[in-house]
Amino acid sequence: MSDVLIRAQSLVKKFDDFVAVDSIDFEVSQGESFGFLGPNGAGKTSTMRMIEAVSPVTSGSLSVLGLDPADEGPRIRSRLGVVPQENNLDEELTVYDNLMMYGRYFDLDRDVIRERIDELLDFVQLEDKRDSKVSALSGGMKRRVIIARGLINEPEVYILDEPTTGLDPQARHVLWDRLYRLKQRGVTLIITTHYMDEAEQLCDRLVVMDKGKIVAEGSPRYLIETYTPRDVVELRFPVGVLEQVASSIEDLGDRTEILADRALVYTDDAEKTVAMVADRHEPETVLARRSTLEDVFLRLTGRSLVE
Amino acid sequence: MATPLALRVFEAEARVYKRTWRGSVFSSFLNPVLYLLAMGVGLGTLVDANLPPELEGVSYLSFLAPGLLVATAMQTGAGEGAWKVMGGIKWLQTWKARLATPIGTKSLLGGHLLWSGARVLMVSVIFAIVIAIFRVSPLWQSLLAVFPALLVGMAMASLTTAFTLHTRTEAALPMYFRFVVIPMFLFSGVFFPIEQLPNWLQPVALVTPLYHGVEMARAIVLGLEPAVAPWVSILYLTALTVLGAALSIRPLRSELKP
Ligand SMILES: Nc1ncnc2c1ncn2[C@@H]1O[C@H](COP(=O)(O)OP(=O)(O)O)[C@@H](O)[C@H]1O
Ligand SMILES: [Mg+2]
Repeated sequence: MSDVLIRAQSLVKKFDDFVAVDSIDFEVSQGESFGFLGPNGAGKTSTMRMIEAVSPVTSGSLSVLGLDPADEGPRIRSRLGVVPQENNLDEELTVYDNLMMYGRYFDLDRDVIRERIDELLDFVQLEDKRDSKVSALSGGMKRRVIIARGLINEPEVYILDEPTTGLDPQARHVLWDRLYRLKQRGVTLIITTHYMDEAEQLCDRLVVMDKGKIVAEGSPRYLIETYTPRDVVELRFPVGVLEQVASSIEDLGDRTEILADRALVYTDDAEKTVAMVADRHEPETVLARRSTLEDVFLRLTGRSLVE
Repeated sequence: MATPLALRVFEAEARVYKRTWRGSVFSSFLNPVLYLLAMGVGLGTLVDANLPPELEGVSYLSFLAPGLLVATAMQTGAGEGAWKVMGGIKWLQTWKARLATPIGTKSLLGGHLLWSGARVLMVSVIFAIVIAIFRVSPLWQSLLAVFPALLVGMAMASLTTAFTLHTRTEAALPMYFRFVVIPMFLFSGVFFPIEQLPNWLQPVALVTPLYHGVEMARAIVLGLEPAVAPWVSILYLTALTVLGAALSIRPLRSELKP
């Protein structure tokens, strides 16, 4: 058995009568980078909070680092790192104070924390912000402080709940780069996201979640190969035209999806499809691209990841 | 774990406080000075002219000072239980951050109450020094009165924490101060003996935590006999503190660990 750090079986989370996590099974192994991809409300955060031994499990079984979160909360949390979905730094304090304070919650020695703060600020490239108040930092920098904070106890598993949501592309790439380095160092990562590019970039293996259920599981590549043809041709038509042509583009590829603003034609041969389109229609734009996890999600649920 | 984690929470609050301690200490001095000048000395000259017989030989300033000491502790405790808690769970989400660490809800609550006690202690000690400066009593005597003040402050911090956690709405806090804290401040024997209240109100004053603290503090500073046996008051205030803490745990858990 490879080192399974987290194992969930028929895991359920209910809030009163509402089922947020609907009997899911998954395993995360040592050193892997595991993703939960799904739209808002899929149940990702609820799942993370159960793993973090913060939110009680409603039913099913969950083992984290071989421990039961119901009985061993503090022990589990002392070995996890957490980047929550919402920023919850103390805005009035400096970066240094935030990290020191957090380290002390783990009952670490001040000298040890001080050393780690230096290393971690170097790692997230914020050495020069050490004594800045958090409220003066940009969104991307705050996120990096939180990444550093989550590493202060040298966690065995690092859980990141939507690490880059709300950031601009440049800030996201900086973060991805840092997370990629962590992955290379062998830290076990659990990442939730509703960005398919994030999942593709960072995850060795992922589950696609929708409405509390896991609808598919595998490596990004496996999922794309399994659930969707290789290429997609995106067609945009002038307002009102899309409905009229909808039926006549159905045979352009293996499958078509009509979205609000465009049609997606799935095909193994984009060139041929593009040529056929040019014969028959006059779309405003034609874009041929490779299939992504976004297409996998659309295929599995009939909806887009990001509304 | 080597140290109880509640102490880590206490330490964190101290770190937050460090940022504003100067202003805080300054106003803790200024407040009692202003109050004692205006009400004790200013208003006092009017009041001293027609004192009730049981307070013969006692100036209004001396009557008021120990009461205000405890009232200030009461308000400090209420403030910690209201704004600090609302900040932790709603505005800043900092309490949520703590629960991702080995800190659990009990350590969180324990650390919070411990820190509230420390704040009450600071404010009360400063007040006691001001009382000595006004020559109401020797310093050691007014410092002794810090003990009942602390008990009242803790009871209020604990009960107010429970209230804040139960309502979880910002709008409830100003109402709480308007309809609970301020009336208690005015009618629990700080400014005048509760015997002056209408008969039906006296029992209400009797059950307020503030009344018990004021009686004890006044007895200590003026060397009088308290109206209630001190052990009863001490027990009562301690029980209120425990009650508040007990009532806080469940809503704290459902708010932060849903
Ligand atoms: N504390 C809570 N009380 C009630 N419902 C909740 C609570 N937390 C989450 N939910 C609901 O559970 C569902 C899943 O939420 P969440 O786990 O946050 O999804 P995601 O992180 O994938 O966006 C949502 O419909 C959300 O409204
Ligand atoms: Mg979420």
